Amino acid sequence: MFTYIARRLTVAVPTILILITISFVLMWSAPGSPFMGEKLPPPEVMANLEAKYGLDQPYWKQYVDYLSNVIFHFDFGPSFKFKDRTVNDIIAQGFPVTLTYGFWSFIVAVTFGVGLGVTAAIKHNTWLDYLAVGFAIGSQSIPNYVMAPILVLVFTLWLGWLPGGGWEGGTWDHIIMPVIALSTSYFASIARITRSSMLEVLNSGFIRTAKAKGLPMSRVIIKHALKPALLPVLSYLGPAFVGMVTGSVIIDQYFSTGGIGQFFVNSAFNRDYSTMMGITILVGTLTIIFNLLVDVLYAWIDPKIRY
Amino acid sequence: MKIKTTLMASTAALLVLSGAAFAASPMAGETLAADQTFTYQDIDESPSIDPGMVEDVSGSAVVRNLFEGLMNQDADGNLIPGVATGYDISEDKMTYTFHLRDNAVWSNGDPVTAGDFVYAWRRAADPATASPYAWFVTDITGIKGAGAVGSGDATPDTLGVEAADDHTLVVHLERPVPYFAQTVTHGTMFPVHQATVEAHGAEWTRPENIVGNGAYVLTEHVPQERMVMERNASYWNDGETVINKVVRLIINDETQAFTRWQAGELDLVGVPTGQYLSLKEQYPVEIYSNPRLCTYYYNFNMRPDAPEWMQDVRVRQALNLGFDRSVITEGILQAGQIPAYTFTPPTTAGFTVPVVDAAAMTQEERTAKAKVLLEEAGYGADNPISLEVLYNTSEGHKSIAIAISQMWKENLGIEATINNMEWGTFLEARGAGQFEISRAGWCGDYNEASTFLDLYGSASGYNDAGYNSAEVDALLAAAKTAEDPQPLYTQVETIAAADAPIIPIYFYTSVGARQATLKGWPDNNVENAWYARDLYKVE
Repeated sequence: MFTYIARRLTVAVPTILILITISFVLMWSAPGSPFMGEKLPPPEVMANLEAKYGLDQPYWKQYVDYLSNVIFHFDFGPSFKFKDRTVNDIIAQGFPVTLTYGFWSFIVAVTFGVGLGVTAAIKHNTWLDYLAVGFAIGSQSIPNYVMAPILVLVFTLWLGWLPGGGWEGGTWDHIIMPVIALSTSYFASIARITRSSMLEVLNSGFIRTAKAKGLPMSRVIIKHALKPALLPVLSYLGPAFVGMVTGSVIIDQYFSTGGIGQFFVNSAFNRDYSTMMGITILVGTLTIIFNLLVDVLYAWIDPKIRY
Repeated sequence: MKIKTTLMASTAALLVLSGAAFAASPMAGETLAADQTFTYQDIDESPSIDPGMVEDVSGSAVVRNLFEGLMNQDADGNLIPGVATGYDISEDKMTYTFHLRDNAVWSNGDPVTAGDFVYAWRRAADPATASPYAWFVTDITGIKGAGAVGSGDATPDTLGVEAADDHTLVVHLERPVPYFAQTVTHGTMFPVHQATVEAHGAEWTRPENIVGNGAYVLTEHVPQERMVMERNASYWNDGETVINKVVRLIINDETQAFTRWQAGELDLVGVPTGQYLSLKEQYPVEIYSNPRLCTYYYNFNMRPDAPEWMQDVRVRQALNLGFDRSVITEGILQAGQIPAYTFTPPTTAGFTVPVVDAAAMTQEERTAKAKVLLEEAGYGADNPISLEVLYNTSEGHKSIAIAISQMWKENLGIEATINNMEWGTFLEARGAGQFEISRAGWCGDYNEASTFLDLYGSASGYNDAGYNSAEVDALLAAAKTAEDPQPLYTQVETIAAADAPIIPIYFYTSVGARQATLKGWPDNNVENAWYARDLYKVE
């Protein structure tokens, strides 16, 4: 197991390096300049700006400097757009926001998704099953950019219960709607995967044996069926978790949370290369780490898997 | 010997005598609301709120609340005292002397001195600062030596501005600049606190570091989310301020912002694109459309190598008259835009729009005249004109180009094709004169007619039409030193309207929605220079 983890880690490092390299190349080959507005600054100003951000150096030197700053100092450099912020500042501000509602979305999606999936499988082909499946398909077919405005319309405009956006340090009333909007589609996927996997498991031989031994249904489900049934769900949770904690760009934009997704999109429009790079590397690294975690969990849960 | 000019004498005297600045002034019968928090929306976070670095319109609004320049603007865009109580202009109009009030202080208690302005202006012009708005100081203000400082050929201390004493700021100009006093209301010309800037570097504008001299102090800033500004008790005119707290929310999504405004969370938001007319019906009081200092127009190519027909003023006039502008403003844009027949917006301070035939006629008369002109010039069914309209890629520009070319075809039988280019490529092609007719939009850098009319000058870098009139050049030169340049401006506009180097199409508007309880919004300020201290909320 430990050799497996060590092996995976040695692969992860070059993967991240490749990610940084590709982002770096793409960034410098993209047309346009972060300093170009309606009026191009005079050459003297341009030269000073380029010197300030190290853009006057040859590409290889910029690359080496960037890499060593990121790796040895965890320093993503100054933002090209926000004059008084570094990319580290931006991540330090935006990431906890996204992480907070991403975490709660994850909890909500898993709890309700698994619960609903299991219920539907047990009550297979009853009205409860149909209702659960209908609900799941319905939720999944409402994208979050439709869900978010509906929530705001109902809870902010009509009922006046919740603020229509903002974060204000993350008070509970600012978290509710982003969590609902973000978790809905994940919740629906989890419910559907759980249901079909559970159905498969419930029809397998060892469950029949367990039932034949006269075990109560609840014990059959919890002790024997749940663990194998959750394996497919688990493989889905890795990317889902990264997706949720690194923020749905739409949720950040729509609810104006000041989260990382908002910076990500705007940095692309503004050609704020350093911010774009920093967030890309952050998301990439998280994806690699969580995929690794999921694989390890897999090995731990599934006795059939040996590394 | 320095004298005050007649025009300025009255202004300066008035300023000193009254001593009062424009401020929030509830009218009789209005009851102030208990909660004086003003919450508004901006679409995107500003790159900087450092006066020397600010580059966007919404960032400038923040700067106007956190800092104060020598002069301010009132609700109509007129100059009123700020840190300065008034100013004198020398006889040759090359020296401005500003008198600073002695009760203006920084938010840390330091007095605001003439030296603070000297430092700020040098800093903004210095290429080492790399301010995206350095050009405002170096190209627009006409301060002596600014160009050389901006290009790095001279050190910043050679800039023609000096502190005669703590309360007297003397500005030397390179040439008479009739609008100079206007430029000091621009954020780039606001003072900064030297010790703070030097102590904290780029991070001096963070709430924990910032020192300002405006009516509000920055207490909270979460980029891309919110900014909170609270009333500055040490501001010299704090007694007349009503709004206690200004909250600026960044909401990228226009529709979302509007929904939150409907729910009462915000006092002021933008209006979602394309919904002005329908929302105006629903909220007749709240939704507004204010004129802006911007003009949308088409350039003719008047360079010698342009097609022959374009050299003929009758053809240019025919094209100018031969389409209905209300189709554009009312049919396509639908946000209260105003059809334009001259270049300079009528709302420009001090400017009198000349009587132009085209503006007075009905569209039938215009079309009829256009047909006659075209026939006189020898063009028609047997000798048709075909032309191309070039615009930068955008759905909006496209709709307008289609509508106009369609009307030209119907009314005048002219075959117009339309062509678009990506912005960077477009700028290059237009600048090099590689077009027949090209789209353009221009917003004034300051509220005086020359910010528009200078584009008619044959030497202007933005004269994309390649218009070259000795008469206009002479008038523009004379306006620089004239006692009262306004009649000369009107004359320039009259000549240009006759020569038709451009087709003015419409004047821009800014649209928004504000709660009926919010009062004091400067609707007539075409630069949209609003100050939170002039606002107030009623029950």
